[in-house]
Amino acid sequence: MAANEDTELKLAHVGKKKIAPKRYWDSTEKRATEDAEEGQKQEEHGEQKKNIKGEMPYLKRKKRKTEAGRKKGISGKMDPFPGPAPVSEDKLKKFKRGEKGKMPQGTRGRLKDSLSGAEVASNLAQNQAARYDLLLPEDAGFLEGDEDEDTCTFLQEDIADAVDITSGAKYFNLTLSQFGPYRVDYTRNGRHLLLGGRRGHVACIDWQSKQLKCEMNVMETVNDVKWLHSEAMYAVAQKKWLYIYDSSGIELHCIRKFNDVLRLQFLPYHFLLATASTTGFLQYLDVSVGKEVAAICTKAGRLDVMALNPQNAIIHLGHPTGTVTLWSPNQREPLVKMLCHKGGVRSIAVDKTGTYMVTSGLDRKLKVFDVRTFQPLKSYFLPAGASCLALSQRGLLCASTGDIVQVYKDVCSTPVKKPYMTHRVRGSVCGAQFCPFEDVLGVGHAEGFTSMLVPGAGEPNFDGLDANPYRSVKQRQEWEVKALLEKVQPELIGLDPGQLGLVDRATWEQRHQDKVQALGFDPLAKAKFTPKFRTKGRSSSGKVQKRKKQVAHEDQRDQIRETVEQLQKETQKKINTDQGQRSALDRFRK
Amino acid sequence: MSLSECNVHLKAASCFCMWVKFSKSLTVAETVEDEDEKESFKADDTVISASEDEGGSDDERKHRKLLDAISSLGGKKRRKLAERSEASAQISEFSVSAEGAGEKITLSDLIGTIEKTSVISKTKKQLKNLKNRHDTLELPLSRQQTEKIQREVAYGKTSKEVSSWQGVVVRNQKAEQLVFPLNQEPSGPKPVEQMVTGWKAQTPLEQEIFNLLHMNKQPLHDPVLTPTEEASLKAMSLEEAKIRRAELQKVRALQSYYEAKAKREKKIKSKKYHKVLNKAKRKEFLKQFEEMRKTDPAAALEQLQKMELGRMQERMSLKHQNSGKWAKSRAIMAKYDNEARKAMQQQLEVNKELTQKLAVPSDSEDEEGPEEEAPALPDFVNEAEPADATNPWMMGKLTVEAPEPGEGSDTEPPAGGFQEQENPEDGAEEEEVTEEEALLRQFEERRKLRQTQNGGQDVVPGEKEGEVAEIVNEGDAVGVVEISDNDDDDEEVEDEVSEFNSLFQKLAEKEQVAVIEEATTNNAGAESCEEPALLEEGLTRLRSLEDMDLLSQDVSIETGEPAVQSSVTAASEETAIPQLKKKKKNMIDCNEVLTKEAKVIKIHIAPTAIEEEEENEEEQKMIIKEAFAGDDVISDFLKDKKKLEAAGKPKVVDLTLPGWGEWGGLGLKPSRKKRRRFCVKADPPPPRRDQNLPSVIISEKRNSSIAMHQVSQLPFPFESPEQFESCIRTPIGNTWNTQRTVQKLTAPKVITQMGAIIEPITKEDFMKGKTLATTRKQPDIIDFLPRWFKPEMEMNK
Repeated sequence: MAANEDTELKLAHVGKKKIAPKRYWDSTEKRATEDAEEGQKQEEHGEQKKNIKGEMPYLKRKKRKTEAGRKKGISGKMDPFPGPAPVSEDKLKKFKRGEKGKMPQGTRGRLKDSLSGAEVASNLAQNQAARYDLLLPEDAGFLEGDEDEDTCTFLQEDIADAVDITSGAKYFNLTLSQFGPYRVDYTRNGRHLLLGGRRGHVACIDWQSKQLKCEMNVMETVNDVKWLHSEAMYAVAQKKWLYIYDSSGIELHCIRKFNDVLRLQFLPYHFLLATASTTGFLQYLDVSVGKEVAAICTKAGRLDVMALNPQNAIIHLGHPTGTVTLWSPNQREPLVKMLCHKGGVRSIAVDKTGTYMVTSGLDRKLKVFDVRTFQPLKSYFLPAGASCLALSQRGLLCASTGDIVQVYKDVCSTPVKKPYMTHRVRGSVCGAQFCPFEDVLGVGHAEGFTSMLVPGAGEPNFDGLDANPYRSVKQRQEWEVKALLEKVQPELIGLDPGQLGLVDRATWEQRHQDKVQALGFDPLAKAKFTPKFRTKGRSSSGKVQKRKKQVAHEDQRDQIRETVEQLQKETQKKINTDQGQRSALDRFRK
Repeated sequence: MSLSECNVHLKAASCFCMWVKFSKSLTVAETVEDEDEKESFKADDTVISASEDEGGSDDERKHRKLLDAISSLGGKKRRKLAERSEASAQISEFSVSAEGAGEKITLSDLIGTIEKTSVISKTKKQLKNLKNRHDTLELPLSRQQTEKIQREVAYGKTSKEVSSWQGVVVRNQKAEQLVFPLNQEPSGPKPVEQMVTGWKAQTPLEQEIFNLLHMNKQPLHDPVLTPTEEASLKAMSLEEAKIRRAELQKVRALQSYYEAKAKREKKIKSKKYHKVLNKAKRKEFLKQFEEMRKTDPAAALEQLQKMELGRMQERMSLKHQNSGKWAKSRAIMAKYDNEARKAMQQQLEVNKELTQKLAVPSDSEDEEGPEEEAPALPDFVNEAEPADATNPWMMGKLTVEAPEPGEGSDTEPPAGGFQEQENPEDGAEEEEVTEEEALLRQFEERRKLRQTQNGGQDVVPGEKEGEVAEIVNEGDAVGVVEISDNDDDDEEVEDEVSEFNSLFQKLAEKEQVAVIEEATTNNAGAESCEEPALLEEGLTRLRSLEDMDLLSQDVSIETGEPAVQSSVTAASEETAIPQLKKKKKNMIDCNEVLTKEAKVIKIHIAPTAIEEEEENEEEQKMIIKEAFAGDDVISDFLKDKKKLEAAGKPKVVDLTLPGWGEWGGLGLKPSRKKRRRFCVKADPPPPRRDQNLPSVIISEKRNSSIAMHQVSQLPFPFESPEQFESCIRTPIGNTWNTQRTVQKLTAPKVITQMGAIIEPITKEDFMKGKTLATTRKQPDIIDFLPRWFKPEMEMNK
């Protein structure tokens, strides 16, 4: 029925559309099938009419349109959801890489091809990534109390009892009262734990299976311990020098160039071990080749507060003058110096995305800064001050005051009034770190080590190629090779990690100037507009002038047009928003 | 007898004569010959003899031919006698004459006899023409030139041939991936749809069957109608076609009528006609606009904006000013020619009209009609009130030409009252005036009504608004004067107008000041209740710069307190610092750094270690204070920052030489003037990145280490760094992308099959697609369609 109508219509509009080629042997058979379908369709239409009853004609039209647009499959049925599934805007935004480049109006030829090609490629990458985001199945949860219940009053024992056995087993205490306050470090995949007691006790543990890898006493003061790129090696900052041991406790290196080290940080993608010493030196050791990359004299005295920005590999140092300085191995002076506290800085933590920095000072304040703009966001007053800070992968903040460990949620974005969780450990806290990919906070204190449960702390989805908690030895070896091949050179460290993707403007400009000088003209300059010659008096000087005037100040005009459009949009928005609440007196307003 | 025949005859005759002569001479010249040839000589002789007797018969000629044939049968080649071309000189038997040897043979010599014949006039004419033509045949071109031409032609051909490859080359250059050898069947399973639709009869049996079917065009089952017939039946019924045709005809006819009408109307040059037309259009537009205002305010507003835009354009352009070529010429003429003057005035009025400011229709207009009308200017313009005796300004102006305006207002008050636009051509178009009159009468009636309503308010002496209204009216009256007076004192009137305008402005200013004063003193008792609103509106509309100054003082007094308050509140926040900083420039107040208010967090568990200390909290605070008494952290930091800023500034180079141009010596400093002259000041450095961040020092050093790894030269198609950066902003590695994306992004540009021979591309390779495309588009169904349908299908292709 429909087909016939269509053909008639088409014939009526003479010469508008071609008739699709048909095979003559189709016609008779189709007829028969169509007749059968017709009956069905009529029935359906009847039903539809009943349903719709002319109230929403657009619905029907729309439906028909989509039906016409859809292709029939081989089975004759239509695909109810044609085309690829749509991707949500939020997800697309998550995988957006930089701003879309503008293509100016007169672009053509090879340039246009390459620009549009790149645009297509980046769109493809973005879409695909957003689509594959579906494959991250795990979701993070949080502790939620009843109405009159505060989550900070929950006891660790209760939580451990409530959860399953494997998770419950992640809450444990190690009583090591002999060798004094402990420093803590987890490997990047969160599988192994390194403990360093002030009085020389060093132990590495596969903490989930509670297997002790090695334990020893270095018979010296231990200032800090740090895992290197994998669980095979770790660095210990001892009283005099820096030592490197392997997982079985064998001393691999004693690095005499690094003396009196107080704090250690490891840059995993650069294979750099950054050390801060009592003499005020910030040193970088390339652990892949064993070379000292940079030794910077900070001229700021004893450096016992240090943090790493995981996003751009910048080292943050806290000073007793209340300032925090940002360092890269490429510059002898601090990249940025921020005055954060009126008293000395006690601890710093930087979040995973490199957006926020949390500092605590002797003035008992806890402050949150935006490290991209260096502006203070939040400021809290802790009655007892925070001695030790740590940020989890999902943005939970651990602040320890004395023997109390407090965990805060959303410190950076919303003002908080009370902690998310609190826990009292046996001794005063010396080091704390959230375990990656686990809802666990490791706290090293004077009386040993406490592993406490903090729901919602760890990232639920891990990247198997980057930090795989379940990797085998073979996988680890392969990963090691790949990581070494992909090692990022220390020269690339800077405030903006995307610097490498930018053109070196200064050199480019210099070169361009040279070229202009050599050629005598600017090859990139826009050609001056010369109107075409036209016959029959259309190229009289007046006309030519007119034509020139038409294209004059094109760029300026574009700019003005843009701004005007923007203004109009804004005003329209204002009008739209204002229309709701217009009072009688508004008419006198200009 | 045709020309060609005649020619042939002529030739034959002349040749024959010549030949005879030659042979004679030859007989004389060549006596020594072989015996074999004697026969031929004989034959020749016979020929001669035959020719000698005039009108030799055909038989003889045939006979001679026969003889020739026989002699040639002998197998021996008969040697032909060499022909001598120079015989002409020796034609005379008796003497050798060199006469005419060097002369050219002209055409007339040869065809001299033709003139006598009368029959072939056409040929004669042609020949005459030939005679008159003196051009000779051109020399054959030189070798080089011919070669050049040949080369050119060859180049054209080859370039054409080669350029047919252009598309392929470009396509291959642009292609993201090329797969060699070409024309491979894509491997892997095909989608089912493609398989089904792309099915072709391949086996001979299938082909035969389909051929049969195609040949006969017979339906398979019950042969009632052949498909052709069926299709043609289906295509269209005759009646339908007729109806359709009729419809189309009608539409076309209507269109042509309309076009013709439009053309005719467009060609009309009459100004008057166009004026009338325009006016009608305007009226229509106004009506529509009014309607639109009621029904669709948004669209009306848009329209209004459009009008405003038109006004702006008019204001910007000099289109209707008196600076154009035409206007200047008119201006010269205007002294002597009335018409010219009128035309000019008309133009100026057009300008005035176009540049007139639009009254923005406010929402409240409908509700409070009479009150609102007082301040709205255009309405007053419309009101042509007779000169007010109480108004001294009016009196002063109008006394100069008291009788005329009076007359004007009497005779044609509507013309004055209505917009000036129509007035000047009153004399010319009386019919329109009559049309308008009805409208205007209405208008006047309404005005009277309004007057009666307003009466009490308007007449109140000393009231500012009333004055304004009157002044405006006065302006209008002047307009009347200007219009009605066509004769000789235009300039005078213009002067008056300008004078009046200035007066009006002054008055308006004065009034505004008064209004402001009133507003500030705020004595509401003197005014009637609706007065303040009106005044306020006037205030907003007519505010000038000076007024603004006046106002700002008052406002500052009024808003003094809140400002202080806000400053107090702002001081507590770090973000407010920049405002105050601007005043002090480089002075940062210590109190303004690190002033962000801290939120106190309460914890239910107090740390045990500090619990003991908490008892003597005061004491601890004291201790801390004592500990940091020496180092003022903030001021140190600021000092540091200032130092760095100072170091970053470029230094002034002092090039003064003491003693030059003045006395030098111990204790003598070069004069300030000189120093100023020879000091080279460098450009100020770009603003520091931390200039708005008081508690941050950002190093301005360039990171040169990364420059080694950065791109410093743009690859070919890119012209600016932005383009290149936008191009490389997406990473292609598998760390950041899904596997498929990586594969797609890093696909090789050329793929070759291992071991396959890659033949060079042939013409068939790329022509095949085209031919295929064309052939594929020729469906079988075309045979079944009616004949009239086919050409269109081809056209559509």
